[in-house]
Amino acid sequence: MGVVTLTIDNKEVKAKEEMTVLEAAQSAGIDIPTLCHHEKLEPYTACRLCMVEVESRGRVKLDTACSSPVKENMVVRTKTEDIIKIRRTLLELMLSHAPDSRELQALVKEYGADKDRFEKEASFCIHCGLCVRYCAEVKKKSAVGFINSGVRREISFVPEIASKECWNCKECFELCPTEALQTAYLFTVAQISDSPSFELESEK
Amino acid sequence: MDNDRIDQIIDKHQGEASSLIQVLLEIQRENSWLPKEILERVSEKLQVSLAQIQHTATFYKAFRLVPKGRHEIHICNGTSCHVRGAQGVIDTVQDLIGIRPGQTDLDSKFTLETCNCLGRCALGPVIEIEGKTHSKMSPAEAKDVIKKYE
Amino acid sequence: MAQIKSPEELEKVRQGILSGRDPSKPSISVCAGSACLASGAAEVIAAFKAEIKKQGLEADVDTKGAGCPGFCERGPVVVIYPEEICYLQVKPEDVSEIVSSTIKEKKVIDRLLYVDPSTGEKAVHEYDIPFYKKQMRLVIGDNIKIDPKSIDDYLAVGGYSALGKVIRSMTPDQVIEEVSKSNLRGRSGSGFPAGFKWESCRKSEGEPKYIICNCHEGDPGAFADRRLLEATPHTVLEGMIIGCYAIGAAEGYIFVGDEFPQTVENARLAIKQAEEYGFLGKNILGSDFDLTIKVYIDGGGYVLGESSSLMASMEGKIGEPRTKYDHATDRGLWAKPTVLNNLQTWVNVPLIINQGADSFSKIGTEESTGTRVFSLTGKVNNIGMVEVPMGMTFREIVFDIGGGIRGNKKFKALQAGGPMGGFIPENLLDLQVDYEEMKKAGLAMGPGLIVADENTCIVDMVKYYLTFLANESCGKCTPCRDGLRHMLKIMNRITEGRGQKGDLELLEILSEVQKSAALCALGQGASDPLRASLKHFRDEYEAHIEEKRCPAGVCKVLSTALNI
Ligand SMILES: Cc1cc2nc3c(=O)[nH]c(=O)nc-3n(C[C@H](O)[C@H](O)[C@H](O)COP(=O)(O)O)c2cc1C
Ligand code: SF4
Ligand code: FES
Repeated sequence: MGVVTLTIDNKEVKAKEEMTVLEAAQSAGIDIPTLCHHEKLEPYTACRLCMVEVESRGRVKLDTACSSPVKENMVVRTKTEDIIKIRRTLLELMLSHAPDSRELQALVKEYGADKDRFEKEASFCIHCGLCVRYCAEVKKKSAVGFINSGVRREISFVPEIASKECWNCKECFELCPTEALQTAYLFTVAQISDSPSFELESEK
Repeated sequence: MDNDRIDQIIDKHQGEASSLIQVLLEIQRENSWLPKEILERVSEKLQVSLAQIQHTATFYKAFRLVPKGRHEIHICNGTSCHVRGAQGVIDTVQDLIGIRPGQTDLDSKFTLETCNCLGRCALGPVIEIEGKTHSKMSPAEAKDVIKKYE
Repeated sequence: MAQIKSPEELEKVRQGILSGRDPSKPSISVCAGSACLASGAAEVIAAFKAEIKKQGLEADVDTKGAGCPGFCERGPVVVIYPEEICYLQVKPEDVSEIVSSTIKEKKVIDRLLYVDPSTGEKAVHEYDIPFYKKQMRLVIGDNIKIDPKSIDDYLAVGGYSALGKVIRSMTPDQVIEEVSKSNLRGRSGSGFPAGFKWESCRKSEGEPKYIICNCHEGDPGAFADRRLLEATPHTVLEGMIIGCYAIGAAEGYIFVGDEFPQTVENARLAIKQAEEYGFLGKNILGSDFDLTIKVYIDGGGYVLGESSSLMASMEGKIGEPRTKYDHATDRGLWAKPTVLNNLQTWVNVPLIINQGADSFSKIGTEESTGTRVFSLTGKVNNIGMVEVPMGMTFREIVFDIGGGIRGNKKFKALQAGGPMGGFIPENLLDLQVDYEEMKKAGLAMGPGLIVADENTCIVDMVKYYLTFLANESCGKCTPCRDGLRHMLKIMNRITEGRGQKGDLELLEILSEVQKSAALCALGQGASDPLRASLKHFRDEYEAHIEEKRCPAGVCKVLSTALNI
């Protein structure tokens, strides 16, 4: 297995060649904020919070640390002024959905985010996709998925599957950075128990 | 549409999960919309999760999850039609028949759709109903056109 | 038709077709493009057929539904050969007179001719009409002579001769060299050199290799790519076949939506005909080159035009773009080497092979060679499909070809590049159609040009594009999805008279973050029209916000603003 050497925030870091910049940074004790990342899941690159500046073969660009493969002699800067501005605005956008999320709150101060910058939204979901991907990739059940596109995109349980699988699992609840998932689940359960043809697994 | 026909279409695509979109398009071409039972059958036969099918059927713009009305109204909302006043036409038609784009009214009389460019910009704003093009529509003219349909 | 087994036999077949056709025989071409059909072309064709039968002229006169020549504004368009008399806005009632006087007595009917609104002069021939005069119609010029459903018509104007030449006398490397030398660049607006892309794919190790013709054209208000496929499907195929030969691909796809049924029908028929003639299938023109091309119907959605989204959707997945760490020419469709080019890129290939790269690259500017086909629409007098040499100014396109602004209104701006493009105000109209020039001005070279006049509200137009993208993006990443959501909220506020101080600054921050943080080019470009409008038309925003006034009189409290 090859090893590459790169520089992250002026620190020389050795990493295995199949690592991502995020993994390399973590191994060197350098903190990069993430929301949609999870070790057990494929990189998703949706929240964009982990954006860093990478310089490789003379080219400088912004990329998500959670997906960017390490390269020999790569230079990474994790906290430039531009990056701070990006993270601040991204946090503010997410706070419009979930102003009370503990995970978001933890970052608010560091990036000087204003939770009232944007109008509040009805849905708590910040679309990190952790629940959807965990259920599909790890549990192989796909009881919850996304529907729609663009600004209409949201998570949605599949009642038939949720009624069989979720009661005894609920592992995704802990992954959700907001309260959106539990709300959606409770809503689904209410729907299912309304319809007489369904019997909840738990009640059997 | 019965299960045999669904299976035929699926077989034509070798039952490959990767043909999901083509299978759904073909089913919809015959059935005009995608009821839940059909989606369940497709999920089972293609071995694609229902969650994935739900997403597919709502992500791609071609799919329709509600039945069609007797008359399908397409109003072009391409940029050219837009700058020539399509929004006024859409507003008027919406008010007249009481539904928004993508919906079918309760009597199943009309389905309203907007589209991105019908390629007839010279005739805009354009309404197409059952293959007939109504050109250079003003809101008032649009009202008259729609009223003719029963 | 038996398969043609060699380039030499192809020339014989062509001669056979030509010798069966008498160039002096009267022939009536009626545009059967979607726009003319919508204004009654089918009825006109039927009337001609009936009238000719009635007058017993069936053996003496040909009638055909032809490909779109571009002048949609005055459709249905009719051209009478051999004199090339051009009649506009022809109705079924005009038909018997046309047959009696023009066909039989060779008399021109004045009232059906084009009249120049400024001089009052009449134009008898297509080429006399100002709309066509300044165009350079290398790609679309033959459309009106060809029934898109007839491969023989295409052969009669020299079709597939470039393929014959390639099979007869060129190696794949020579083809790539020729395309590179011509400096053909991606017509989607990317401007990426086609030859370079082809070469990377050819050199890539994976097998099989694929090519895709991107005819998605999801831009609202653009129709040039799909109209071209509809009008001249064999040119597209010929370009793709030559491309596959050069790249070493055995499978090609045309990625297109089915909201224009004519387009798909013509493309499918053309593939079938090309297979029958031996231009597709096994041992093409007797060589050892095999190829299949299929039409892939896309599921709909603007984002599908983006390459990684397009390929994901062709694999049956959700069409979400992904961050690319490999080139599609190494890992594209099904993780195999793939060349994706815009339809108009492919269409130029036969031309380059026939003319030679040297002559092709003399057209246009140094860096942008050849011509470009646009759909010209909006508040302009001559709406239609136009083909211009690179290097032409947008002023010429709007005022000379487009005939200026409808109803003598004042020009305000030209929108170019669609939802990820920008605006060209009056003082920049001398900008040239050129990749570099346009890029410098913050514009992309999309297929649509839309003219806005003094009665068009730019703020409303930007809101329109943002609404479009808010629906049509994939919705995966935060800066694009939530950025658009909040930009749109602010825009709704502004156009409904509730704009606040600081709104423009907020829009600017959002657009800046979106540009640098979004996952794909859709999000990265989503605020380009906004940014361009803030640069050129800031005063319109200020009027909305500070004076609660829409200078163009467009914005009312709109009930249909996207509710989010
Ligand atoms: C959101 C988005 C939409 C696009 N839509 C189209 C399209 O409709 N047609 C097209 O040819 N290219 C489109 N493109 C560009 C393609 O991704 C790709 O670059 C192009 O097809 C390459 O062709 P070319 O090199 O011949 O220009 C789009 C890109 C983005 C980001
Ligand atoms: S930028 Fe928009 S379209 Fe592109 S991946 Fe992100 S959400 Fe999807
Ligand atoms: S953690 Fe990298 S994009 Fe979300």
